[in-house]
Amino acid sequence: MSQFSSSFWDIYIAVITLVSVVACGVFLKMQSVRRVAGSGSETTGHTWDEDLGEYNNPLPRWWMWLFYLTIVFALVYLALYPGLGSWKGLLGWSEVGQLKQENARAEAMYGPIFDKFAAQDIVALAKNPDALAIGQKLFLNNCAQCHASDGGGSRGFPNLTDNDWLYGGEPKTIEQTITNGRNGVMPPWGPVLGAEGVKDVANYVISLSGGAADSIRVARGREIFAKTCFACHGADGKGMHAVGAPNLTDKTWLYGGGEPTVIETITKGRNGHMPTWKDILGPAKIHLLAAYVYSLSHGAAPPGQ
Amino acid sequence: MAQPSLKVITRQEPGDSAEQALYEVRQKIYPRAVRGWFAAWRWALVWATQLVFYGSAWLTWNDRQALLFDIAQRKFYIFGLVFWPQDIIYLTVLLVISALSLFLFTAIAGRLWCGYACPQTVYTEIFLWIEKLIEGDRSKRIRLDRSELSPAKVTRKSAKHAVWIALALWTGFTFVGYFTPIRDLWHEVWHGSTGSWATFWILFYGFATYGNAGWMREQVCKYMCPYARFQSAMFDRDTLIITYDPERGEPRGPRARNIDYRARGLGDCVDCGVCVQVCPTGIDIRNGLQYECIGCAACIDGCNQVMDKMGTPRGLIRYSTEHALERKLSRAQMFRRVFRLRSLVYLAILAGIVIAAGVSLYLRVPLKLDVIRDRAAIAREVAGGEIENVYRLQIINTTEKAQRYEIMVSGLHDIHLAGPAEIEVGAGSSLIDPLKVRVHAEREHLTPGTYRIEFEVRAIGDPRVKVEEKSVFIVR
Repeated sequence: MSQFSSSFWDIYIAVITLVSVVACGVFLKMQSVRRVAGSGSETTGHTWDEDLGEYNNPLPRWWMWLFYLTIVFALVYLALYPGLGSWKGLLGWSEVGQLKQENARAEAMYGPIFDKFAAQDIVALAKNPDALAIGQKLFLNNCAQCHASDGGGSRGFPNLTDNDWLYGGEPKTIEQTITNGRNGVMPPWGPVLGAEGVKDVANYVISLSGGAADSIRVARGREIFAKTCFACHGADGKGMHAVGAPNLTDKTWLYGGGEPTVIETITKGRNGHMPTWKDILGPAKIHLLAAYVYSLSHGAAPPGQ
Repeated sequence: MAQPSLKVITRQEPGDSAEQALYEVRQKIYPRAVRGWFAAWRWALVWATQLVFYGSAWLTWNDRQALLFDIAQRKFYIFGLVFWPQDIIYLTVLLVISALSLFLFTAIAGRLWCGYACPQTVYTEIFLWIEKLIEGDRSKRIRLDRSELSPAKVTRKSAKHAVWIALALWTGFTFVGYFTPIRDLWHEVWHGSTGSWATFWILFYGFATYGNAGWMREQVCKYMCPYARFQSAMFDRDTLIITYDPERGEPRGPRARNIDYRARGLGDCVDCGVCVQVCPTGIDIRNGLQYECIGCAACIDGCNQVMDKMGTPRGLIRYSTEHALERKLSRAQMFRRVFRLRSLVYLAILAGIVIAAGVSLYLRVPLKLDVIRDRAAIAREVAGGEIENVYRLQIINTTEKAQRYEIMVSGLHDIHLAGPAEIEVGAGSSLIDPLKVRVHAEREHLTPGTYRIEFEVRAIGDPRVKVEEKSVFIVR
C-alpha cells in the first residue's frame, strides 16, 4: 500500500506534468524557425513521393501566440484546479463539492413543489391530477419492477389495484408500508402437520373461498386450522392486518390458489419482503407515492383518461 | 489538377543554409471596391441571405415564433412543423443534402459557396462597405493607416468600429433569437435582464462577427477553414475556375491608349494591377490558380472595366476550365462539359435524397409510439381464466393541440384490452400509459410461449394519424 500513502508519486506526476508543459514551449520556439539547406529556398524542405515539395506558406504570427497562450492556460489551470499530484488548487474545486452544489440547487428548485403536496391530505391528493402525474412517474421508476406498471402485481407481489390489503389500506398505513417496508413471514408447517395434515388444511383453505374441495379433508382441515392457523389468519380465516396475514376467504391469492400451490405454501411457508424506501425517496416523495397507490383502488382515473 | 502549394523540385545540393521563418507578421490587405456583373450577384446574395437571417426570426406562426430552435425543451419549430429529438434523422438528411450540393456546385463552378454565399464572405462584404463609407476606398484607407495619429483619424476609426460593433451585436442578438423567443429577448435586452447564457452567446457571436469580418477576413479562409482546403479534391479539368488567359494577356506591360500595341509585341494585359488591388485575399490571379483564391470573381469585374476603357474585348480574366484553355474550346463546348458524368452522378444522388426526404416529411405522422413490455410481471392469471400481460405505451403527441387517441391490439384471436382504450395526450407532450392486455389461453388453445402481437394507436377524428408497433404476448 506504500504507493498510495507515499508522496513520491504525487511529486513524480507533478514534475512530469510541469516538464511536459515547459517542453511544449521549448518545442514551439524551436519549431518556429527552420534552417533549410540551399540558400533562398522557397520550400519547407519536406519531400513526398520522391519529388513533391511544399512551398513555405508562413502562418500569421498571431497563430503562434495562440500556441503560447495554451501553455499559459495550462499553467493557470494547474494552479487553480487540482491536477498537479495532490495539489488541491486555489479554487478548492472538487467533483464531490460540485455534486453537492448541484443537488442543493435541484433541491431549492423542486423542493417547493413537493413541499406544497406534502402539506395536503392523501385522500385529497389522490384526486389531484398534478399530484397523480408525479406519483405515477415515481411509481413507474421505483415500484413497477415488482408490482408491475399497472400496480396489478404478480406472483408474490401484491396487487395494489383491488382494495384488498395485507396490512391495511388506510392512507397512513400505505405511507407506513412504503416508508419502512414489510416482512411477510409465514412459517413452514410441513414438519409439524405431515403431508396428510397439510393436504387436509389446504382443502379447507380452498373451500373458504368457495373452491372445489374434498369434503372429508375439509372437515379434518377445519380442526387443524382452528388449532394452529387461526393465530394469524383468524378463526374465520379473514386474516389480520397487524401481522400482514392474508384474508383466505376472498378469491385473491398472492402465490396462487390451485391445490398444489396452496400445499406448497403451507408446507414450506412464505417469506415476502418489501424493502424500506425512506432513505431512497424521503418523506415528501413517499407522500405522493402513497396518494398514487391509494388512487389505484379508489377509482381515480390515471393521467390521460 | 495543379496544386499550387506543391511543386516538383530538384533535389537540393548541400551547401549554404538559410534561416526561414515559419510564422510571419500578416500583411494587411486593402481590397479595392469593385462594380460589375459578379459583384452585383454577390450583393444580391448578401441581401437575400441577410434578409432571411435578420428577418425570419421575427415571423410569427400560430401565435408562436415561426422559426425557433428550443434547445431547452428539445423541440425545433419550423413554421407548421415541430421536430422532436426522435426526428434527428432529418437534421442528418439536411446536412447530407448541404454537403452534396456543395460537391455538385464545386465540381461545376469551383468555390461558388466561398465567393458568394459563405457568411465569412457576406459579412466581410458588408463590413468592407461600411469601411468604405467611413474611411474611403483602398488608397484613402492606406493613406489613413500610414498617417500620424490625429483627431480626424481617431474620429474616423472609432466611428467605423462603433458601426461595426453595433452591427455585430445586432447579428449576435438575432442569432440568439433563433434559440430563445426573440421578442421576449428584445424585451429583456431593453430592460437589461437577459440571462447569463443569452448574454454570453449574444456577446460571443457578436464578437465572432466583428472579429472575423472586421479583423480576420481572408485569414479565416486561408488558415482556418477546412472546406477551403478539401475543395481541390472536388475540382477536375472541367471545373469552371477564375482564370487569367496568358496567351491573350502576355507579354503584359503599360502602353498608351492609341498605339497598336500588338505591333510592339505586347499582349492585352496593361499590367494596371487592378486585379490584385480588388482581391480580398491579396493574390495575383495572373500567377494561375492558387489555394487562397475564394472564387469571388472581383478580379473579373475589375479587369473587365479596364478592358472596356482600353477598348479591348472583355474576358482577359474569366470563368474558364483547364480543358477549355488547353484545347481552345468554344464557350458552348465548355459549358456542355458541365453535364459530365461526375456532375450527373452528384445530381442523381442529390435528387434521390431530396425526393426521399420530401416524401418522408410529407408522410410524417405527428404521433410517436413506444411499447415496453413489463419485465417483472411476465404473465398473470386473472378471474375468468384469462392470461394478462402488462405493457407501458409511451404516446407522444407532437402536434400543438391536445388530442384523443384510440388504442387497439391485434395478433391473437379475441385478444383485448382490459380497461379504457381511449387516452388524451396534451399538446406537444408525452404520456406513459400502463396497459393490461388479456387473452383466454385455454379457449384459444394457446400453449405456453411467446406470441407476436401488434399495437395500433390512432388519433380520433383523423384516421391518417396512426402508428403501429410490434410487441410480444407471453403465455405460461
